[in-house]
Amino acid sequence: MSDSNQILDEVTQSDYKYGFVSNIETETIEKGLNEDVVRLISMKKKEPDWLLDYRLKAFRKWQQMDMPDWAHLKIPPIDFQNIIYYAAPKKKETLTSLEEVDPELIDTFNKLGISLEEQKRLTGVAVDAVIDSVSVKTTFTATLAKYGIIFCSFSEAVQEHPELVRKYLGSVVPYTDNYFGALNSAVFSDGSFCYIPKGVRCPMELSTYFRINAANTGQFERTLIVADEGSYVSYLEGCTAPQRDENQLHAAIVEIIAHKDAEVKYSTVQNWYPGDKEGRGGIYNFVTKRGLCEGANSKISWTQVETGSAITWKYPSCVLKGDNSVGEFYSVAVTNNYQQADTGSKMIHLGKNTRSTIVSKGISAGRSHNSYRGQVKINKNATGARNFSQCDSLLLGDRCGAHTFPYIDTKNASAIVEHEATTSRISDDQLFYCQQRGLDAEKSISLIVNGYAREVLNQLPMEFAVEAQKLLAISLEGSVG
Amino acid sequence: MLEIKDLHVSIQGKEILKGLNLSVKPGEVHAIMGPNGTGKSTLANVITGRDIYDNISGEIIYKGKNLMEMAIEDRAREGIFLSFQYPVEIPGVSITNFMRAAMDEIYLYRGKKPMSGGEFLKYFNEKKQFVEMTANLANRSVNEGFSGGEKKKNEIFQMAMLNPDLAILDETDSGLDIDALRIVANGVNKLRTPENATIVITHYQRLLDYIVPDFVHVLYGGKIVKTGGKELALELEDKGYEWIKDHADIQL
Ligand SMILES: Nc1ncnc2c1ncn2[C@@H]1O[C@H](COP(=O)(O)OP(=O)(O)OP(=O)(O)O)[C@@H](O)[C@H]1O
Ligand SMILES: [Mg+2]
Repeated sequence: MSDSNQILDEVTQSDYKYGFVSNIETETIEKGLNEDVVRLISMKKKEPDWLLDYRLKAFRKWQQMDMPDWAHLKIPPIDFQNIIYYAAPKKKETLTSLEEVDPELIDTFNKLGISLEEQKRLTGVAVDAVIDSVSVKTTFTATLAKYGIIFCSFSEAVQEHPELVRKYLGSVVPYTDNYFGALNSAVFSDGSFCYIPKGVRCPMELSTYFRINAANTGQFERTLIVADEGSYVSYLEGCTAPQRDENQLHAAIVEIIAHKDAEVKYSTVQNWYPGDKEGRGGIYNFVTKRGLCEGANSKISWTQVETGSAITWKYPSCVLKGDNSVGEFYSVAVTNNYQQADTGSKMIHLGKNTRSTIVSKGISAGRSHNSYRGQVKINKNATGARNFSQCDSLLLGDRCGAHTFPYIDTKNASAIVEHEATTSRISDDQLFYCQQRGLDAEKSISLIVNGYAREVLNQLPMEFAVEAQKLLAISLEGSVG
Repeated sequence: MLEIKDLHVSIQGKEILKGLNLSVKPGEVHAIMGPNGTGKSTLANVITGRDIYDNISGEIIYKGKNLMEMAIEDRAREGIFLSFQYPVEIPGVSITNFMRAAMDEIYLYRGKKPMSGGEFLKYFNEKKQFVEMTANLANRSVNEGFSGGEKKKNEIFQMAMLNPDLAILDETDSGLDIDALRIVANGVNKLRTPENATIVITHYQRLLDYIVPDFVHVLYGGKIVKTGGKELALELEDKGYEWIKDHADIQL
């Protein structure tokens, strides 16, 4: 309706508050991608031969692949030779304590609200802080070690726990999986590794904070989470990047393995720089996230709040292999201005009595496009499998678009698959009602949108939920430009 | 407190209010009655600032301030409250959160320190009893899936929370059963002070047995054509609006 459009129009444009650049001495390699670059990255990280091999195989595969074009996205051509594939803050050989971390780095993370000092953290959240291509600091490693939990940077895991990395790397997302997955497998730099031993309930939230700082670089991190039998972990991921006119590429892989009776909750608040009002700049966020419910009664839940990035291409998925295993996907994706998002989930039911739930809330404003793409696949052995999907779209203004692409493929007649979809707008009546109670237009919209996303926000751990709520409000400022 | 002079309002080229005058003083209760579609809700909307009309002229002065120049939310923060004829649903927003957000904004505007979480909850629970609101209802999303009567109760609950200086009740009685009507009316009466004023829009004189008005106005053809005391409501109920045509105070 024209009236709410006008109000949305008037709500002022806010600036991306994480858009600053830190003055950190950075070591980068030459732009461009070829086998030598892959070798160089592997050498810099002092990797064993099997890993270099893995990278090279992935690189060769990638060269034979084409960029996917099936998403509802307009992706400008990407010059992969014009990207720097490795950038690391200069540092001493090994970091043993915080004193050796560049103060500028600590400062950067403080500005982002992430304290790297364990004693300063009020809540029990262990953090792995990744800047550009490397992990700069992992907190609470020692505390967690007492439980037998391994939580460290991916590079460190390669050195310290090669048998685990080798066993699980690529076991859920093989390097042949897709174009960006292959690229990541060839050039991935760092990321987090986490192993929860049998029967251990991780006593604190684990989190990785990703920050792009260097210009012209791509970020290709890799996260691997293994939950052994009967264990539990809740994992959080956050990310931001400076404000730049050029687009930057982020192509990550997250792999999760949940063994028998294990449960992994993975929550993301994605806030990469989305580009400016005219659609200049911003991160291309092309991510492969997949979890394998390997054992019986295992459970993996993905919760994501996606507000950033110029383009998002991302489908956190679950392969439900173990009998009675459970997969969940809760998503809020907000697009504003010229942002584009094509996101959703895949639930692959292999085991008996496997259950999955998909709840997707798309919110589009400005001239943005927001698509839900989901696949529910029930294999012939998945007797008694159930899926429930609900995909809602909320439109703010009349120049944005919401699209839903659900694919359902059932090969077992006993399966029950339900899909519901709605599209709605914020009505003038709702706005007026809120304003009549003393809330200004901006607060009213933010309240209504938060209510709309409530079901998903409720899935987030407390500390994250508060941040996510604020983020939703900020992302929608200047909604219709 | 409220002074409306020669108010003209039109929507989609059609003039709804055609020179309306109304004066409300602190401590007074005014009832406005009139046939369907005559502009009662329109009047309430214009006072509270709803911005859907093509043309508004005339004067609305509230506490000495020109309301026409004030934003919707500022009018609310200045103490004007509307109990909606058709309250809307706001899915996913609990009444608690909704009221919390509203009160924080109002306090901020008035330069008062917002209530702490504990203070707020205590206040909230106190007011709940005011309209005998069940705990269950208070935890639900604003108006979502509420019955007609529950919605109206919720409006008066919010009124109790916000404690307005000028409350406009737009057909708050419609949809209420006998017990609920009594509860709601009692709530409104308890909120009355010599400092605040209430405008009650209704079709039925029954409500006015509970909330006793100082004045009853008949809105007809875009104007207030007759003003009287409580007995005017009874007379109207008895004789209908046809009768008003011949007994208007002003030329129709
Ligand atoms: N958004 C709108 N667009 C067009 N006409 C409108 C709109 N809102 C109100 N009107 C018209 O204005 C007139 C007055 O409506 P209003 O709701 O003020 O009446 P009312 O006196 O409150 O009636 P009721 O007793 O039925 O509640 C009606 O003819 C109505 O159709
Ligand atoms: Mg009405």
